[in-house]
Amino acid sequence: MANATFRIWRGDKSGGGYKDYPIETSEGMVVLDAVHQIQASQANDLAVRWNCKAGKCGSCSAEVNGFPKLMCMTRLNTLDLTQPVTVQPMQTFPVIRDLVTDVSWNYEVKKTIQKMKTRKPDASDGTWRVNQRDVDRPQEFRKCIECFLCQNVCHVLREHQMFSEFVGPRFFVYAAALEMNPVDAADRVADLKDKHGIGLCNITKCCTHVCPEEIKITDNAIIPLKERVVDEFFDPVRKLFKMFKG
Amino acid sequence: MASYETFEHDVLVIGAGGAGLRAAVEASAAGTKVCVVSKSLLGKAHTVMAEGGMAAAMANVDDRDSWRVHFADTMRGGQYLNNPRMAEIHAKEAPDRVRELEAWGALFDRTKDGRILQRNFGGHRYPRLAHVGDRTGLEMIRTLQDHGVHQGIDFQMEITIVTLLKDGDRIAGAMGYDRERGRFKVYRAKAVVLATGGIGRAYQITSNSWEYTGDGQALAYHAGAKLLDMEFVQFHPTGMVWPPSVKGILVTEGVRGEGGVLRNNKGRRFMFDDIPENYRSSTADNEEEGWRYVTGDKSARRPPELLTRDHVARCIVREVREGRGSPHGGVFLDISWIKEKVQNAPEHIKKKLPSMYHQFKQLGDIDITKEPMEVGPTTHYVMGGVRVDADSQMSCVPGLFAAGECAAGLHGANRLGGNSLSDLLVFGKRAGEFAAKHAKSVSMPKLDSPQVEAAAKAAVAPFERQGGEGPYQIQQTLQDNMQQLAGIVRREDEMTRALELIASLKAKAANVSVYGNREYNAGWHTAMDLDSLLTVSEAVARAGLMRRESRGGHFRDDFPGKDNEWGQYNIEISKAADGSMRVERVPIVPMTGEHQKIVEENK
Repeated sequence: MANATFRIWRGDKSGGGYKDYPIETSEGMVVLDAVHQIQASQANDLAVRWNCKAGKCGSCSAEVNGFPKLMCMTRLNTLDLTQPVTVQPMQTFPVIRDLVTDVSWNYEVKKTIQKMKTRKPDASDGTWRVNQRDVDRPQEFRKCIECFLCQNVCHVLREHQMFSEFVGPRFFVYAAALEMNPVDAADRVADLKDKHGIGLCNITKCCTHVCPEEIKITDNAIIPLKERVVDEFFDPVRKLFKMFKG
Repeated sequence: MASYETFEHDVLVIGAGGAGLRAAVEASAAGTKVCVVSKSLLGKAHTVMAEGGMAAAMANVDDRDSWRVHFADTMRGGQYLNNPRMAEIHAKEAPDRVRELEAWGALFDRTKDGRILQRNFGGHRYPRLAHVGDRTGLEMIRTLQDHGVHQGIDFQMEITIVTLLKDGDRIAGAMGYDRERGRFKVYRAKAVVLATGGIGRAYQITSNSWEYTGDGQALAYHAGAKLLDMEFVQFHPTGMVWPPSVKGILVTEGVRGEGGVLRNNKGRRFMFDDIPENYRSSTADNEEEGWRYVTGDKSARRPPELLTRDHVARCIVREVREGRGSPHGGVFLDISWIKEKVQNAPEHIKKKLPSMYHQFKQLGDIDITKEPMEVGPTTHYVMGGVRVDADSQMSCVPGLFAAGECAAGLHGANRLGGNSLSDLLVFGKRAGEFAAKHAKSVSMPKLDSPQVEAAAKAAVAPFERQGGEGPYQIQQTLQDNMQQLAGIVRREDEMTRALELIASLKAKAANVSVYGNREYNAGWHTAMDLDSLLTVSEAVARAGLMRRESRGGHFRDDFPGKDNEWGQYNIEISKAADGSMRVERVPIVPMTGEHQKIVEENK
């Protein structure tokens, strides 16, 4: 296979720029392999996060030629190697160094979502009988590997920086998994409306497009949650009903 | 010492995989102040990679299952070097540990009557693995993480611990640095739980990520704890072999549990050719029976592909060595053949093995519903680790606990698939419970500033040296060395050579130099991991050299048979007063009369 040039962003919060690294490519290589090769031979101090190298842990998120990707799952044969391959850190989060960003905001946000509250067990052995078809939907959401690529592309966060009003697609998926968990009895709908800013999402589906787990974030998680908010707070019939009930 | 940020907790947990998180949850529920430090971000530890499931005798799918059968399976799999008390506790407590995950939000696959579904796995007599497709580890770590964040646990991410601190004989805490800025941190704690996982990075071909450098084992060893069974390293039979960049990435045993078969380049199912004596009565002797087993026929015996991992790995090595391997030096693993038996097989395979489908499609351009995979052994797990008390998980150092992969005892000479996730839960919980108890019974230890200063000085030394070897070269040389000389098939002369090479690499590591600054500097981080890697590599080679027989994960070309005499001993490693590594034979923990009876019943 041909050789290639990797144009990698080097720097920290005070600034930085792109640096070119020539590499030798081999069959089956992914972007993360190229970064590792550069790290081992040309730039020992190049900062990159990674763990599983198999698309299961969501550590190596970055922007490859401008597209949000897991570096470990982006094969070089999907890229035009006649041009330098640009690799930069996710742009929505503050950079720490090189390709590593500070994603700690996400961990803080998660704490604001009400935790699992079990309903009363329905089986005599103190557990629950749950049908597979009732877990199919939330199981889709549980596939999330927390790579935060959806957060990275969401314009409410990326362009408008509404980090204090809006939790982002990852946490709507998280809330949806809890809301649709057949064993859960908590109600997160008011929080979604008031604290988590679900109304700010205007369903452009950017999150769905970049999800490496192919979770239908907008259609299967966000829209159903929006519907719950509407049903509970904006349904005129229900409003009327509530009024009469006093 | 005032210049370092210092924290005080009752319990410090090192590692945030399944065992560490479960320990933290328990210790915190017991009312102690808990801190968890992890080398990676929360939720990224290797538990996330576990695919097949967690073994627990819940008997949801086959009501003949019970803790007694699970106990017997675990002991047989471990070739009776296991600590029988740990195997008993594990088999008895695993079902409750799985059920409580459900109450914390885990969504397992279901049986038709709505209970937690369980699947077949190698070495387990009955379908026993609670699972979620082939991403059970992700479900488990996320459930524990999400439960833990609401418990007031102090999570500190991307911290590497470089040394444990002691107050006299007892543990006093630990010292490390944050990867982000390279600042030193001192953790003062009444109890420390090691939950750092494995040693896979000591080998070239491994399913483990960069984190698994044997930190817990090495930290404990230097702090005066004992290591046990370090010769037993599990080479998982099925890792990807092609393309080169993904070599070693795991292919779940679940593929075989769902009917996948192993073939050589002649198309032969070679696993039928070599069935060990003690498994003959429980193994199918024809393909039809094997298929009936994986489809749930209770009268059928399991196919030989589901024999224990050590055995399957060696059979694959034999096929490759004798010229019957696949083009890229593995053998063929085929699940697509089930289209002969199952309607709509491609959909069935994608539903049962979604992440395998995804992994091969995306990384190897292979559609596993249509064509076979190429697979070969990959370093996966270490059965050995810190020697702990079976009930409390405390090491011989007061206040120092260990759980999960970095502890030893449950698995003996070979671990059964599925027994790891349940191990993390059962013994993670116990470590947390007893660490909390211990913390409540002792006063806050004193910190010794010379220990801290010495560790800090050693940590920054690589920046001050010029002209030493780079950390990546040393690490790669060690990995090649261990792969070639202390891998799946071992010999006396090769392991002796491995030890010589380790000694020379130690000298090089003592002179390693790095450049750049301390902020997120991968070169420096790699340099800091070398000591642990070299320590555990030496332990593996020394124990491997001493055990002159073949058993479980340890196979000696020069002593290919099992030796009854050796079956009475574990190998224990400790640090001698002169700093050298002491290796000793110690008698195994004997089974009680009741244990023996259970083993006999299940022969």
